[in-house]
Amino acid sequence: MRTLSYSRAISEGLVQAMQRDENIFVTGIAVDYPSGIFGSTVEPAEMFPSRVFDAPAMEDGLTGIAIGAAAVGKRPVIVHPRNDFMFQGFDQLINLAAKWSYMYGGQAGRVPIVVRAVIGRGWGQGATHSQSLQSVLAHFPGLIVAMPAMPADAKGLLLTALQQDSPVVLLEHRTLYGHEGEVPERPIPIPFGRAAVWREGSDLTIVATSLMVHEALAAAEELMRHGIDAEVVDPRTIRPLDEETILASIRKTGRLIVADTSWEFCGFASEVAALAVEKAFHALKAPVRRIALADCPAPVSQPLENAFYPKASTIAQAGLNLFGSNSTVGEIDHEDSFKGPY
Amino acid sequence: MTRVDDETLIRLYRTVLELRQAEITLAELYKEQMMRTPTHFGVGQEAVAAGVCVALQKSDLIYSHHRGHNHYLAKGGSLDGLVAELYGKETGCSRGRGGSVHLTDLSAGVVITTAILSQTIAVAAGTALAFKMDEDSRVVAVFFGDASLEEGGFYEAINYAAVKSLPVVFVCENNLYSTESPVGVRQAPGTSLCERVRSFKVEAHELDGNDVFAVHEAALAAAQRCRMGQGPVFLECMTYRWLEHVGPNYDHELGRAYRTREELESWQERCPVRRAGERLVKDGLAKPEELQLWLDEANAVIQSAVARAKDAPFPNPVDLFDYVY
Repeated sequence: MRTLSYSRAISEGLVQAMQRDENIFVTGIAVDYPSGIFGSTVEPAEMFPSRVFDAPAMEDGLTGIAIGAAAVGKRPVIVHPRNDFMFQGFDQLINLAAKWSYMYGGQAGRVPIVVRAVIGRGWGQGATHSQSLQSVLAHFPGLIVAMPAMPADAKGLLLTALQQDSPVVLLEHRTLYGHEGEVPERPIPIPFGRAAVWREGSDLTIVATSLMVHEALAAAEELMRHGIDAEVVDPRTIRPLDEETILASIRKTGRLIVADTSWEFCGFASEVAALAVEKAFHALKAPVRRIALADCPAPVSQPLENAFYPKASTIAQAGLNLFGSNSTVGEIDHEDSFKGPY
Repeated sequence: MTRVDDETLIRLYRTVLELRQAEITLAELYKEQMMRTPTHFGVGQEAVAAGVCVALQKSDLIYSHHRGHNHYLAKGGSLDGLVAELYGKETGCSRGRGGSVHLTDLSAGVVITTAILSQTIAVAAGTALAFKMDEDSRVVAVFFGDASLEEGGFYEAINYAAVKSLPVVFVCENNLYSTESPVGVRQAPGTSLCERVRSFKVEAHELDGNDVFAVHEAALAAAQRCRMGQGPVFLECMTYRWLEHVGPNYDHELGRAYRTREELESWQERCPVRRAGERLVKDGLAKPEELQLWLDEANAVIQSAVARAKDAPFPNPVDLFDYVY
């Protein structure tokens, strides 16, 4: 199978979906600019100029616009170059779109909007440009939250989102746009609520989201050098959550690390930890470990950033600790390959 | 401006009358504590809903806010659906999941009403965007109060509607109060909402919101402008709610000091229902006996809707999760 970058995979998925469904349109700040949201909207903008268009800086209003268009049959995709801008759209997204079906008793139709939002870390992104809002969003019944880690998932989950009858948020990691992987050429949707097991193992389960999947895979290789065989489970969607795959893995390995791109307090890592102790308590041979951001806003200065973000070595070290090992983790962390200024 | 025909003038009167009788009946029943939903009655503001909705086609769509009963009914929303919704019944327009502030009746073109002030304004613009993209000649009207112009969402939406020349009639019901905050603590002296809106290059008109015929003529012109692709129109309708912000009582009865009984009475003298009725009689379009007949008919209709709603079943608790996406 041919390989594509995460960015090209999204672009291909969008184009294929837009060819099939003329109700899809894409809007947001700079979606039709040459840079096209890390390249992901360039080809759609060229092919469908009337359906990929710029918008004023109006995150609240734009979410409302998308809802109102969806209410009469459109399938809007709105794109936030940083997910932090979504806070301004939370009233429309969480307080209206997510509840639309329920609070009108199913009588007011559906508002199938898709929100693509970029999460990020590093390179001095700072406190208001590096958050990862999956836990906040997934807290509310009615909202689907997906976090593709692989190019094929970025395409497949987007295709599914564009066939849903409910609002979907796709959180895409800035660092992953250049990441390459095998991607089916045909438009094959990837169902929500089905986790991927990217590496099978017998000793330890690592549940990881988004970029942390790649960190977990690097950590698993390192752990193997120390005789620990880790399984890496990527839920792909935060809500709906594939509890079965996660629990089956925990029951097999007896140990759990959760590595998430956000904080642990009231976070996704805590949700999975709670799932483990409620439904797989007797299989656990060791305490659950949560690997998450340091409990402070994101700093800018590089040494502080290095301390703030967990990495492959953080996960691997936690894995060793779970087995009471005194070994030291090798030099396994990736350089941040991102180039500024954006 | 084409002259509004006699039939429409009568329809306008009967609509304000029906809205009035529905709301005062429901407000009285509300005191029984069987409608367990915070309810914002629109008594006194009927002319705005009737004037605008009668100017629209059945296939045009409306959005509204927390004080939405009048708009819902004026556009042709199901009276049974509204009353049953207030009683939390399965036969309610939102199946008892929405309550007074979350109404819908797609068959009548009432998309939704919501509780957050400016929320539906952008949503209405989004629906208008879809119409424009599809070269669909339908128009969207959205109702909101004066306090919505204190939220950012209003400005985002009106700017967007202006930039895109969208077919939206923005209908501001300026009743001078936001809950119990008078306009004086919310706007600088001399502020004109229409002036603000005109700075976005949107056509804006201030109207006597208690004159259903004046509102109707302005709404007809606005809808026509929208249909011709000439962009949105803002109508500021000056009106007044008679009852408390939320609930069935008069503020002065409860000893609230934020507005006076005299102020209320000065607005009651400009009652939109009585004024419209007097005009029909004066113009020879109806006799006083006919007004009485229509009143009796309106009362009978609301009473039978109430009886059906009270008899209707509640939702079954096992259906708690129904309608979650």
